[in-house]
Amino acid sequence: MRTRSESSRRISQKTAFAILLTTTIAVTAVSLFIIIHIIVRGAGIVDWDFLTQAPTQAGKEGGIFPALVGTFYLMLGTLLIALPVGVLAGIYLSEYAPKNRLTKVINLAIVNLAGVPSIVYGLFGLGVFVLMLNFGMSLLAASLTLACQALAMTITTSREALIAVPNEYRAGSLAVGATRWQTIRHVILPQARPGIVTGAILAMSRAAGETAPILVVGAAFLMRGLPQSPFDRFMALPYHLYTVAVHIPGMPEDTKWGVALVLLAVVLSFNILATVVRLRARKQRG
Amino acid sequence: MKLDSALTDSRPPQYRGTKLSTRNLNLFYGQCQALREITLDIPERAITAIIGPSGCGKSSFLRIFNRMNDLIPGARVEGSVELDGIDIYHRSIDVVELRKKVGMVFQKPNPFPMSVFENVAFGPRRHGRVSRGELQDIVEKSLRQAALWEEVKDKLNQSAFDLSGGQQQRLCIARVLAVEPEVILMDEPCSALDPVATLKIEDLMRRLAEQYTIIIVTHNMQQAARASDVSAFLLMQGDICGVLVEHGPTPELFTRPRDKRTEDYITGRFG
Repeated sequence: MRTRSESSRRISQKTAFAILLTTTIAVTAVSLFIIIHIIVRGAGIVDWDFLTQAPTQAGKEGGIFPALVGTFYLMLGTLLIALPVGVLAGIYLSEYAPKNRLTKVINLAIVNLAGVPSIVYGLFGLGVFVLMLNFGMSLLAASLTLACQALAMTITTSREALIAVPNEYRAGSLAVGATRWQTIRHVILPQARPGIVTGAILAMSRAAGETAPILVVGAAFLMRGLPQSPFDRFMALPYHLYTVAVHIPGMPEDTKWGVALVLLAVVLSFNILATVVRLRARKQRG
Repeated sequence: MKLDSALTDSRPPQYRGTKLSTRNLNLFYGQCQALREITLDIPERAITAIIGPSGCGKSSFLRIFNRMNDLIPGARVEGSVELDGIDIYHRSIDVVELRKKVGMVFQKPNPFPMSVFENVAFGPRRHGRVSRGELQDIVEKSLRQAALWEEVKDKLNQSAFDLSGGQQQRLCIARVLAVEPEVILMDEPCSALDPVATLKIEDLMRRLAEQYTIIIVTHNMQQAARASDVSAFLLMQGDICGVLVEHGPTPELFTRPRDKRTEDYITGRFG
């Protein structure tokens, strides 16, 4: 009797383990397959010229330089807007906001912002930045739109990084007569910095990959040159990929995969950077 | 260090001037009362020990004096608390200025994740412009006062986390001394330390008491008996809020307690 229940327990333990392992392998295999497939198909065309030259023949020839630079501009624009606002809001929510129902509602609303479909941000940007504020279809309008979407992440990660700083540091600082702001500025923020930076990098990499919102607020189908001011239209990698993949007849297969490879490389390298920042901070803390 | 009258003051501590006093002090956390009707004088340039079982409100009482309870939502104070005869809960009191005068050392050493030097320089830097030279003087003086200078003078730029627990606690004391307080509150400063480090801190307290008013919370009876001049015994009444049962010169309180509950506590019958 006893041995039977023992052995049945062992069997269910082994089954559970096998299922978990298989699932993990399956998920990893799918991601690896996608990545390897893109590298194999796209690596042939990606060279220095492909990265540094403007597209010709509606993208069939030439390179992706304006789209690559446009994507970096967008990431930078998003960062410049979403990081300061995110950190300031995070500081307020973590250090100053009273712990009442209103604050809870605000926190919940911010978390939910992350769940809003990106095309909705696009339409919001079109209505507010492009039309109402009259920025036109432009790099500025697109950066603002992507920044709104990124705020959910930068606020939440900043807030959580600040909350994670142990209270004993706050007490220690206040107890030598530092003001609350001095405590935040000189003790709390430096410790929360890795978490904040990680969140900002991830927000940027997400902005780099967004297609739907920029579609309606200013991404251009094709441009020979780079945007000359924040009010110019721009090209971006994800939209360019969409264009070359479905809109231009006779597009060489290699070019599509090449664009996909570059976009993937940009996004993945930023994700890896975020991981490195986090690991280094963890190591320093000991 | 200037020779102070206190250094030659041979009067027993209870006859020295009063530095801090509470009158009919009540502390509430929301609906809960944590302290009830506490009236106590804290003599200057002496060590006052607050003793009592866990949960009797010792730490809450200590935090009254630098208004650390202000940080807790719903905390409310009734009665008066005076520092040199000035009500520290008056509306005109600047809490930041108060905390400069009334420093605090915590239960667990809590140095900042910075260098040894920056830890001590932290307070002075926050309180205004100081030149690099002045800062170096302040840091050295504070570390010497905290009996830590000889051990760390060659590693001022190393992380404070590289120090031992006892050294970290003395660093925290130096951090408080650097802003030249008048009162030092210590909330079970040795509870995370080994016996050797504990004795070092006690020696240090004795020396600091020549210049500073010290209040220490401890649940270690021997420590209170060894290190303090005056003791106050708190106990919870009805299992909720702390009341002051008895206070007086430490030797008296420990040898001839007036209250039966004090006697039971110090002889280890409960707590």
